[in-house]
Amino acid sequence: MSGLFQLAPPEASAHAAQVDHIFLGFLALTVLLTAPVFVLLIYYAAKYRQGRPADRTHAPSRGPLIETSWAVIPFLLAIGFFVWGTFLFFQGSRAPLDALTINVVGKQWMWKFEHPGGQREIDALHVPTGRPVRLVMTSQDVIHSLYLPALRLKQDVLPGRYTSLWFNADRPGVYAIRCAEFCGFDHSVMGGRFIVMRPEAYARWLAQAGTDGSLADQGFKLFRAHGCSGCHSDQSTRRAPALAGLYGRATPLEDGRIVTADDQYLRDSILYPARDVAAGYAPIMPTFAGQLSEAEVLRLVAYLKSLGPKEPAQ
Amino acid sequence: MTAEPALQTPEEKVSYLAAGHSVRSWLLTTDHKRIAILYLISITGFFFIAGIAAALIRLDLLTPQGDLLTNEGYDRAFTLHGIVMVWFFLIPSIPNTFGNFLIPLMIGAKDVAFPRLNLLSWYIYVLGGLFTVYVLIVGGVDTGWTFYTPLSTMFANGHVIAVAIAVFIVGFSSILTGLNFIVTIHKLRAPGMTWGRLPLFIWSHYATSLILVLATPVLAVTLVLLASERLFHLGIFDPALGGDPLLFQHLFWFYSHPAVYIMILPAMGVISELVSAAAHKRVFGYWFIACASLAIAAVGFLVWGHHMFVAGQSIYASAIFSFLSLVVAVPSAIKVYNWTATLYKGDIRIDPPLLFAMAFIGLFTIGGLTGLMLALLAIDVHVHDTYFVVAHFHYIMVGGAVSAFFGALHFWWPKITGRMYSLIWGRISAGLIFFGFNLTFFPQFILGYLGMPRRYHVYPPQFQTLNVLSSAGASLLAAAYVLPFFYLVYALRNGAPAGPNPWNAAGLEWTTPSPPPKHNFETTPEVDRPAYDYPLAKRSADG
Ligand code: HEC
Ligand code: HEM
Ligand SMILES: [Cu+2]
Ligand SMILES: [Cu+2]
Repeated sequence: MSGLFQLAPPEASAHAAQVDHIFLGFLALTVLLTAPVFVLLIYYAAKYRQGRPADRTHAPSRGPLIETSWAVIPFLLAIGFFVWGTFLFFQGSRAPLDALTINVVGKQWMWKFEHPGGQREIDALHVPTGRPVRLVMTSQDVIHSLYLPALRLKQDVLPGRYTSLWFNADRPGVYAIRCAEFCGFDHSVMGGRFIVMRPEAYARWLAQAGTDGSLADQGFKLFRAHGCSGCHSDQSTRRAPALAGLYGRATPLEDGRIVTADDQYLRDSILYPARDVAAGYAPIMPTFAGQLSEAEVLRLVAYLKSLGPKEPAQ
Repeated sequence: MTAEPALQTPEEKVSYLAAGHSVRSWLLTTDHKRIAILYLISITGFFFIAGIAAALIRLDLLTPQGDLLTNEGYDRAFTLHGIVMVWFFLIPSIPNTFGNFLIPLMIGAKDVAFPRLNLLSWYIYVLGGLFTVYVLIVGGVDTGWTFYTPLSTMFANGHVIAVAIAVFIVGFSSILTGLNFIVTIHKLRAPGMTWGRLPLFIWSHYATSLILVLATPVLAVTLVLLASERLFHLGIFDPALGGDPLLFQHLFWFYSHPAVYIMILPAMGVISELVSAAAHKRVFGYWFIACASLAIAAVGFLVWGHHMFVAGQSIYASAIFSFLSLVVAVPSAIKVYNWTATLYKGDIRIDPPLLFAMAFIGLFTIGGLTGLMLALLAIDVHVHDTYFVVAHFHYIMVGGAVSAFFGALHFWWPKITGRMYSLIWGRISAGLIFFGFNLTFFPQFILGYLGMPRRYHVYPPQFQTLNVLSSAGASLLAAAYVLPFFYLVYALRNGAPAGPNPWNAAGLEWTTPSPPPKHNFETTPEVDRPAYDYPLAKRSADG
């Protein structure tokens, strides 16, 4: 379809439709507030043009009442939209607990996705309809921004940090993935396909896509290969905290702080162990920064999560 | 300056233009009017450079695969365009030319408070400009004007340090000018020129100067941190070194949001003058407009987080920034309605200045309201970093501020040069600019909503139609911007002598001969009436 006649991207979720509604609603308000200005500017310029006979007596030069009202009324109308827009935004920030979590790593200039079953894809993301999907994202280099126009969603993807995004797509189809944050030379081609499928089709796709075992299994392999188990196991002679049940728990630190062990905490504990030392332990854990890629850390985190029953409170 | 027009009329012979013809007399002048001209010439040069970069961008975007430039070339073009337009054209545009020329004239002073500091700030501007030209010659930068880390500190391979130095330096020019204006407005008002009698142009420059002085140092600090991280790997912004990339964005926008008001407040001051002079009527709601300028300057410091809704800041912070962004729009809305009301029962001359002012009001309104859309969280998540944002800020900065700049040029040209230009050509160029502008930037709103991100060199083919329309508009707009150059320069020699007050406007600057004498006023004027003291307003005040 020619871009000229299409005014919005397809709507692949209920949220997308709501964003279009608030946009159109605000557009209507805009027209309401500006039409008088545009019409009167031209009308007055014509009517009171120099040399034209017109009643110019009692030309007002102030009117606090009317000025206050044209300050306050549009503002109050806009506040209504503020509440609506903030509500939609907050809704989009809290993923339901049963969401399917997919890991995303951005790097110059590609998107890598990993499904819980361990299926990996590059520059393409397959998701099922009718089920909340949560993307946990990080970047290996600069800031990128995962943009899914059909969902009216985007979220910056930062190095050194997990950000997340969730949605519930309800219309099967193939849509665009783009990078919205300028990230260097090939920024404009850092994109891909976002494929929304019916659950059966998604299950078939998962089955045929190759995998070396679930993310948690792969994490477990890394856990052994990198010697984590040498310290973090019951048989170990070194004193290190047990990691089972850690995820989601309030964890006391050596310096007195108590933090919730969420994804970010697990990541930082692996890459920068000296930052948050668990209470009662010596800071002997080596850093794994530079040895593990972000994707590997995400797998380790998936493994650690599989040991603990709880999602952290959001 | 030997290319100077022959000074023929009696006014010209005793004017500031006649006070020396050597290059030296210009480069060492401390006359605020001559310094204004120095600025006018230099910012025009930079407007031209940044304009060429824009032309390259629009030409390149004619085709989806971007055939003209490489990815790298494209990145360098838009980065240079942004940096030069923002810091070397738009921020100094109205304040340093018209503000410099007019503030002393409008308040009845012989010069600004610190004339030599004024000249120094021009030299600082030129020094910063030379660094920019150097960067341009050696190959440019590819970070975008926003310098986001860690791209700018650890990854970009352009001349980031040199351009940071350029922007750092030019900031001091802004700070000194702001300081000079503040002191001038406080100390040098003529007897009887009370705060309540100041033209609104002065109020808006006062508000602008406050922002210049308070916000620009933050930019300087931010650039120093950025340069030290790039040079010494200090670990301030780069998470790999233990820094926080969002800290950079907070610092950058803490300066750059107020900076957008540095660009628009002076333009608003111009529009108040233009509208009231065209209607020959006191501006409707003087105090509301004056206070609105100050309110914008104050609240403008509290909304920077609206640039970071999807950057990873707390959602509660986002909600507060969203709310405050709606608040900051209120004073702007007041101004737009008040200007419209000023025309009511006026005695209106539809000359080029009014046409530019009307273009400003229309385009600024669209820019401001789309700003409100962007302030609504759910909408911004979709259109952030797309062409929708590009259209938003160009409606305000180009449709608004640059139209006001041209309006000011057409309004005060007779005062500055003593000659009248062709009003017909003036009207034509106002119309062309308005039309060309809309054709260039309106399609970008649609592109943005359709999901085309900004800073895209290669784009999906379905966006081509709208991009071609935009590029067509840009070529028209370019021609329309060049047009005034011809008839205004032509008028320097051949225009009819303007007389002291060609528009029949109120304001102290119109009581001096055109062009004004070196010391502005033969005797210090005594002010005994409010600004915009037109007969129409008086009649209604009496009856
Ligand atoms: C040399 C022994 C050692 C090795 C090897 C080791 N750790 Fe640790 N780890 C510790 C110690 C001791 C602590 C507690 C002190 C601290 O927080 O730094 C700890 C803390 C942690 C914590 C935080 C626990 C809490 O209760 O807060 C996590 C998560 C963790 N390690 C994961 C790993 C992973 C994953 C690996 C392998 C990549 C690994 N560790 C390798 C010794 C080790
Ligand atoms: C009427 C009040 C205004 C509001 C509510 C407003 C709102 C916004 C918002 C929310 C954004 C961020 C959009 C995004 O990146 O997703 C934005 C961007 C921008 N606005 Fe405004 N704006 C207003 C006035 C102005 C003015 C007066 C100017 C300039 C003179 C301006 C220039 C800009 C620029 C340059 C950007 C983009 C910066 C960048 O990312 O490169 N805005 N505006
Ligand atoms: Cu990118
Ligand atoms: Cu802003």
